[in-house]
Amino acid sequence: MASFSTTATIEDPRISLGDDGILPPVLIGGGDSGSGPGKPDYATRLRRARLGLLVALTPILMLFVSFTSAYVVRQGLPTLDPNTNLLVRDWIPIKLPTLLMVNTFVLLLSSAGMELARRQFLHEATLVSSRSGPGAASVDPVKMPWLAMTLVLGLLFLFGQWSAWRQLAAHGFYVSTSPSSSFVYLLTGTHAVHLMGGILALFVAGIASLFRMAVVRRSIVVDVTAWYWHFMALLWVYIFCLLEFAR
Amino acid sequence: MATHEFAAHASHAHEAPQGFIRKYIFSLDHKIIGLQYYFLALTAVFVGMFLSLLMRIHLIWPTAALPFLGEIKPETYLSLLTMHGTIMVFFVLTTAPQGGFGNYFLPIQIGAPDMAFPVLNMLSFWTTFLGFIVLLAAFFVTGGAPLHGWTGYAPLSALQSAGPGEGLGADLWITSIAIFCIGALMGALNFITTTLDMRAKGMTMMRMPLTVWAWFITAILGLLAFGVLLSAGILLLMDRNLGTSFFVPLVTVNGQLTGHKGGSPLLWQHLFWFFGHPEVYIAILPAMGLCSQLLSVFSRKPIFGYKAMVYAMLAIGFLGFMVWGHHMFMSGMSPYTAFAFSIMTMGIGVPSAIKTFNWLGTIWRGRIRFTSPMLFAIGFVSLFVTGGISGPFLAQPVLDIYLHETYFVIAHFHLIMGVASIFGIFAATYYWFPKMFGRMMNEPLAKLHFWITFVGAYAIFMPMHYYGMGAGLRRYSQSTEVAYIHNLLPLQKFITYAAFVTLAGQLIFLVNLFWSMAKGQKAVDNPWEATTLEWTTATPPPHDNFGGQTPVVHNGPYEYNVPGAPRDYVMQSDPAVTAAH
Amino acid sequence: MGLVLMIVIWLITLVSTYFFLAKTWWLPVPASAAAAGIDHHFAVSFVLMGTVFVAAQLALGVLVWKYREGGSASKVAYSHGNATLEVVWTVLTAVLFVGMNLMSSSIWASERFRAAEANAVHVEVTGMQFAWYFRYPGPDGKFGVTKPELEDASAGGEAALGLDPKDPASKDDVVSGIMVVPVNREVEVILRSHDVIHSFFVPAMRFKQDAVPGLAIHMHFTPIETGDFEIACAELCGLGHYKMHGIVRVVSQDEFDKWLAAREAEKQ
Repeated sequence: MASFSTTATIEDPRISLGDDGILPPVLIGGGDSGSGPGKPDYATRLRRARLGLLVALTPILMLFVSFTSAYVVRQGLPTLDPNTNLLVRDWIPIKLPTLLMVNTFVLLLSSAGMELARRQFLHEATLVSSRSGPGAASVDPVKMPWLAMTLVLGLLFLFGQWSAWRQLAAHGFYVSTSPSSSFVYLLTGTHAVHLMGGILALFVAGIASLFRMAVVRRSIVVDVTAWYWHFMALLWVYIFCLLEFAR
Repeated sequence: MATHEFAAHASHAHEAPQGFIRKYIFSLDHKIIGLQYYFLALTAVFVGMFLSLLMRIHLIWPTAALPFLGEIKPETYLSLLTMHGTIMVFFVLTTAPQGGFGNYFLPIQIGAPDMAFPVLNMLSFWTTFLGFIVLLAAFFVTGGAPLHGWTGYAPLSALQSAGPGEGLGADLWITSIAIFCIGALMGALNFITTTLDMRAKGMTMMRMPLTVWAWFITAILGLLAFGVLLSAGILLLMDRNLGTSFFVPLVTVNGQLTGHKGGSPLLWQHLFWFFGHPEVYIAILPAMGLCSQLLSVFSRKPIFGYKAMVYAMLAIGFLGFMVWGHHMFMSGMSPYTAFAFSIMTMGIGVPSAIKTFNWLGTIWRGRIRFTSPMLFAIGFVSLFVTGGISGPFLAQPVLDIYLHETYFVIAHFHLIMGVASIFGIFAATYYWFPKMFGRMMNEPLAKLHFWITFVGAYAIFMPMHYYGMGAGLRRYSQSTEVAYIHNLLPLQKFITYAAFVTLAGQLIFLVNLFWSMAKGQKAVDNPWEATTLEWTTATPPPHDNFGGQTPVVHNGPYEYNVPGAPRDYVMQSDPAVTAAH
Repeated sequence: MGLVLMIVIWLITLVSTYFFLAKTWWLPVPASAAAAGIDHHFAVSFVLMGTVFVAAQLALGVLVWKYREGGSASKVAYSHGNATLEVVWTVLTAVLFVGMNLMSSSIWASERFRAAEANAVHVEVTGMQFAWYFRYPGPDGKFGVTKPELEDASAGGEAALGLDPKDPASKDDVVSGIMVVPVNREVEVILRSHDVIHSFFVPAMRFKQDAVPGLAIHMHFTPIETGDFEIACAELCGLGHYKMHGIVRVVSQDEFDKWLAAREAEKQ
């Protein structure tokens, strides 16, 4: 009977495997409710968290797919003008503030920083878990310039988005001004809300050493947040291209 | 004496939480969370039934003054039906089968100690609970609950001035649904990750019980669909409160311009039904999985065509995303598009038919035990057939011209969702009650409940087909204004009387449930002599489900009456009896 | 228990089938050219699906009785299924469902894939909370402009629609509260709504189409019987949905011409 492979697409960290190359079966007492004997090992927890993230990204993707389809439909849709009894299109393209291009670079830069932070934490956690088992106390302090840099750039991006909104408003484009302006606010706003979630996760990881969160646990948080962050960056590039080129 | 193998691990007992709050309120244990979902749904279903009772009374006595509520006005009737639909679809049918029983039994049936993310699980319940509170709040604000139907078509739902209840009530309605979406997505995340990553050794995908397959596929459907509903809700809130025009064209209400222009009412319908159609499969798939399970257990025979059943559920899930336009044949959508959707819709009838044939094949040449879970499973098959048969009528646009928006549609979806799926919930309750509470429910009361509900449900919903064939329209608060509809009133009277009896019969269930929790006869670990993993563990299961051990699986989930075996069932964790299915 | 279950299932099946066969509550007398084909397809669908319904329920009844524990049936037949059988009934079901649909699609195509005939009578049907208004284009054959800001429901038909008195094409438009049409001639309806979605449903004509604000939907039907036929709104439109009621009055061509001429004369 074919066994369904659960880790086919998830990259495993280079943790020591069993003799036959298969990860050991799930130990009982699993879950993320605290450390102690009987918890699943680091590799399993990381794999599970990454799988969870992959699943979680799907509805976020569907949300933006749905917005995109609304965008395309609304753009092309004729509506009856009762004054003339004719069908007319009322889509007027909007010129995006240049600031949005700058913000794109800021976010991509933050993604680079995020990736460096992710690898840094992964390295630390690998050392810790192979040395003394998953429940080892925090070995820290890990120097984390990358994490801080990502956080700062992320906040800078959000500030940039807010400024772009104010520029639009200064030119008389509010959320209800025209269908195209509605979509600009909608897409950038929804993206920003999701990015805030990522920033919150980074903040938690950043101050986690104050709460003596284990290094392995922090590395899982950073790893998952990093993939989320990269997804948000790619999503932003997509939104920007949609608004800029599919006008 | 059955011997089943457990992995030889040392007994690392998962620490159980202490204190009332952590144990029962903010529990991280999937079993407690499952019960929380179940009791939320139980509350919701009685609220929903009460609303429908008021609707039925109003339909045959429109001018009656009810105690405390007074006379029900037409707009009140519409808000009753809106809230009835919303509560039932979301807080009963999407909550009890999946959030309730799925949460409780999925981990156990795959041999896992809990869900993948217990904290997220806890949050998903409380988010759903919050959604329910916000929804109920709509009844109590100025203007009351919205009147735009559970489908919330714009512009009626997008304009605050379009009717009573379309003010704050409608905003709360949309917000509650958005909150529900988030709770459902969190739950789906857990179900999918757990099923993929936490199966015990030997529990391959093709050895999973069909209940697990059903919960898994349902979670995937939810994962893909709820995001779209959330997006539609966001756009609708923006149209209502920020002056955007996603859904609202240039219109006037009561002679006043609304300030909107250029929007498309059909866009709302496309987004809503892209979610809405998978939603009905979310409501029915868990019941289908359970029906397969129960027919097998209580016929003492393997499910007929396990692989076909899995593929059929996958096909239903997949095709479920391609048929949403069949709700829109009359909407102004292109007739060519309608034709395409209708072919796809006929296609989705095929896997449902396959499942029905396989259920009959399971009973055939079995040895049936007529326990209360089995009665509800048999009832499910009958009701699913009846409800399903009206589908191909509605799927043909030429017939839908006449039938759309009539009671024929109400008959169709109530028989499948409002009865068959509910039968799944009842069956699950009677079946798993011993495992959850350590006691048996009262069988004579259970059987009485079955008969009243089975006959009563047919008495309520079969006549609705005839009402629809006479072109009786839905969402009409009274029939006094249109002569041909008024002539159909005797049918409404019959339906209402049948509803009185059937709804009263549900009190028997309620009494049985709570009385048995306190005073029911104590249950053994495996009272039904079933083979799946939940029956190998204690009753009720310990905190980590298997008492410090991990099951190892050697058999499929339906090994009953295996030739040559010592007794008529082989547990999944017993030594291997079959090499292949 | 198995016997009782079988009897109950059989009774429910046979009683409910009876009322379909007896047509106790049924479609109204057909009054349009398309109705015969639609009604025929209803009959075909009922026969096919009814047979499946009865067969499945009766089979279920027999099975639960015959294979009850303690009954005369012999030992359980251990089986995981039969692949050939799966293929057979899948193919048969697919053929039945898709075949039935394809049969009906020719009627759908003939009704909806083509535009109205050249000599059709044009009527603009407008739904508004909570009444139907019917507009005829008048001698110039053109529908005049309507302006939302001019709408005034209290001042009668033309004002309710917001007809612009400055538009020459509007002056001769006839607005009626009853839809009068000639028999045996195609009617093209142009469906509009001024506020929310309504739906124009005439059961006798087997005709239904949503009236969507922001669109003007062209559709057609051909009445073949004279008389008054009820219109009922078939899309939830607010608290007055249940009383958004109208009449299609089908008269002879002569009477129609007389009626229209009289109404048009009033506009001079």
